Amino acid sequence: MSSAGPTRRDFLFVATGAVGAIGAAATLVPLIAQMNPDSSTVAAGAPIEVDLAPITQGQAIKVFWRGKPIYIEHRSKSEIEAARNVDVASLPDPQADQARVKAGHDQWLVVIGICTHLGCIPIARQGDFGGFFCPCHGSHYDTSGRIRQGPAPANLAIPPYAFLSDSKIRIG
Amino acid sequence: MSGQSTYQPRSRFMQWMEARLPVMGLVHSSFVAYPTPRNLNYWWTFGGILSFMLVVQIVTGIVLVMHFTPHVDMAFNSVEHIMRDVNYGWLLRYLHSNGASMFFLACYIHMFRGMYYGSYKEPREVLWILGVIIYLLMMATGFMGYVLPWGQMSFWAATVITNLFSAIPIVGDPVVTWLWGGYAVGNPTLQRFFSLHYLLPFAIAGVVVLHVWALHVVGQNNPTGIEPTSDKDTLPFTPYATVKDAFFLAMFAIVFAWFVFYIPNYLGHPDNYIPANPGVTPVHIVPEWYYLPFYAILRAIPNKLLGVIALFSSIAILAFLPWLDTSRVKSANYRPLYRQFFWLFVIVCVGLGWLGSKPAEGGYVIASRLLTAWYFLHFIVVLPLLGFIEKPRALPMSISESVLKGKGAAALLAAIVLAGLAGFARPATAAEQVAPPRVNWSFAGPFGNYDRAQLQRGFKIYREICQSCHSLSLLSLRNLGETGGPDFSPPQVASIAAEYKVKDGPNDQGEMFERAGRPADRFPAPFPNEQAARAANGGALPPDLSVIAKARGYERGFPWFVIDAVTQFQEHGPDYIVAVLTGYADPPANFKLAAGAAYNRYFPGNAIGMPKPLSDGIVTYTDGTPQTADQYAKDVTAFLMWAAEPHLEARKRIGFQTMIFLIVLAGLLYFIKKKVWSHLHDHA
Repeated sequence: MSSAGPTRRDFLFVATGAVGAIGAAATLVPLIAQMNPDSSTVAAGAPIEVDLAPITQGQAIKVFWRGKPIYIEHRSKSEIEAARNVDVASLPDPQADQARVKAGHDQWLVVIGICTHLGCIPIARQGDFGGFFCPCHGSHYDTSGRIRQGPAPANLAIPPYAFLSDSKIRIG
Repeated sequence: MSGQSTYQPRSRFMQWMEARLPVMGLVHSSFVAYPTPRNLNYWWTFGGILSFMLVVQIVTGIVLVMHFTPHVDMAFNSVEHIMRDVNYGWLLRYLHSNGASMFFLACYIHMFRGMYYGSYKEPREVLWILGVIIYLLMMATGFMGYVLPWGQMSFWAATVITNLFSAIPIVGDPVVTWLWGGYAVGNPTLQRFFSLHYLLPFAIAGVVVLHVWALHVVGQNNPTGIEPTSDKDTLPFTPYATVKDAFFLAMFAIVFAWFVFYIPNYLGHPDNYIPANPGVTPVHIVPEWYYLPFYAILRAIPNKLLGVIALFSSIAILAFLPWLDTSRVKSANYRPLYRQFFWLFVIVCVGLGWLGSKPAEGGYVIASRLLTAWYFLHFIVVLPLLGFIEKPRALPMSISESVLKGKGAAALLAAIVLAGLAGFARPATAAEQVAPPRVNWSFAGPFGNYDRAQLQRGFKIYREICQSCHSLSLLSLRNLGETGGPDFSPPQVASIAAEYKVKDGPNDQGEMFERAGRPADRFPAPFPNEQAARAANGGALPPDLSVIAKARGYERGFPWFVIDAVTQFQEHGPDYIVAVLTGYADPPANFKLAAGAAYNRYFPGNAIGMPKPLSDGIVTYTDGTPQTADQYAKDVTAFLMWAAEPHLEARKRIGFQTMIFLIVLAGLLYFIKKKVWSHLHDHA
């Protein structure tokens, strides 16, 4: 090794390695980011408005938001009672029915219709508890969309939504 | 390169592994211990650069495929979707499209280097032929990739190139029909080209492996052209060749980045931003610059079949080079006559490229014929004869004894090749068009940005004037609020959107209905279809304005197009649009104007279907900007430039960061290279 000595040379190698590593990491950013939802997909995921007026009691409709099916159920009195006459603590995923609907709009159940087990679409108003039944692996949900029996670990998720009026909601 | 590997694994695990799969030993003997001649110059770094470019093309290509739709109705729009909506999509696509050019640029330098130093001669004939095969595969891949965006140039390139096969006697037409999968270039053609464009790069990668394998069997040639005789003549690949390759790769990346970030459309054609139209061929079609010499050869021959044969022969003849060159001396450094003929050949190739970009008429055709003749004479007469006539200079006894000269020649080669290749870039059109005056744009140059107020004013002009006839179909209303654009606030965007009527449906009754626009909606088109647009406009179709600023341009001619690459002048399109918008005048006395047309000084052919759209005071500005037709034209053009290139600001910002990074990296690598090699000189 001549005049410069090893220190300067080592510094050079470390600095170059560091710069190269930064470059490699920066190169990964676009390659990874391109797989995230693009801006047209994001824009298409804007909130949607749903008119509840045509949904009669005992009826359920399915709407799509962000590619997910959303069940909107107009529950009967007995269905609400069935959901509330349950010992919450005994449930696999304890949650009161009141926490799953909007106060004053107790008849409306709005849930994401995707089984929390492995993503199949449960069938409305079926199963041992009269709520939802997932035919893929046999999960039963009650009239509040809570898991009661079967392999699913959690209740059907509630999408973000709000009542704009008594007969109109905005999902998202 | 041969024999037992000297690799000694240190850890027990690696020893275990090496006894079963000696992959580290292979890597070690190929890329670490592999002896390289000590006198290699920078022209030998292009092999590594080419490998890098292949990886860049494959990686960006795989990513683009995730967003591209190979269908005639959707291909063009899906490319624009990549350019607009996909995260960093503009970057990935510009990397891929300019990467193809850089790949060919590096390939041509690599090939000319091989020719200059006689790298194809014994024992490297197979190595060379594998290279020719790679080059052929590259040409096929590049061509099919160019078809995929399904613009006008894509479509007509596909038509012309596939029609080459119609020259085959008897079976020509069935072969072409088979290639198309139809009676004309259409959706089946696009889909098979897409499939093959994905396949061929991996075929290239496979042949590259063979190419590198063959190289490592026979060893590299070197500037003296004599084979290494002792260990003194060679150096281990790592670190010596590795740092040199890395440094020059970084230098090459700077050139690459210059194109990607600052002049991304320089090597392309504005016509390819016009969606494919099977009913109209662009006035002047030319292939991408890297095919131009062969295109010139094709057009030089007045007979269809012979022209096609000449085209393919001009490539195939390269494979016979090892036997056409009869001289036993490899390097042109020791062949005074060949050296001159080599440079003449380079000039002929560059000249053919230039001629390929010119219209096939008059003197250009004669020149093309002369140069085509020389191209073939070089191979079949000059090279075989030179070996007998030429008296080579005395060769050095060994590589280590040789002292390298001719760095000046290397620089000259670089200058000629680069200038020449850049020279292909822009085709010249039959120039009856008047050059539009230059406008000072805020978005020009390496640091140029859009002027928000100008974009907002321009949008106002579009909305109040242009929109009644011209669609903006690739843009969504939400784009108006995105960063890097007019930057309207979210409530402003929502209220602008609500002013549009959008067709939606069907509703529960199965009927389509109109509703107020939302930011996620596309700009609604003024006419439901092309026929309606033509009917309402006297038979003329008002073009969609989404990418008009990139789909129009004008020729600057030599030497301006070379200078433009350096000064980054890229505003041909906007200048042209302003000129057309303000170029209305009374026709000259002898000019016959068709009914319903207007005279325009800058419109090609001068008769334009659009009546004069702008006049002073027709749109009210609230910010005190002069309400003149001239100002309106500039404002709406700036808006259209943003519409065509919505991520221009991000491109230039990231470009600047990339440039700084690459310069720092290249600098560091340069010092490492100096260190590593100075250490060698100390002990030499």
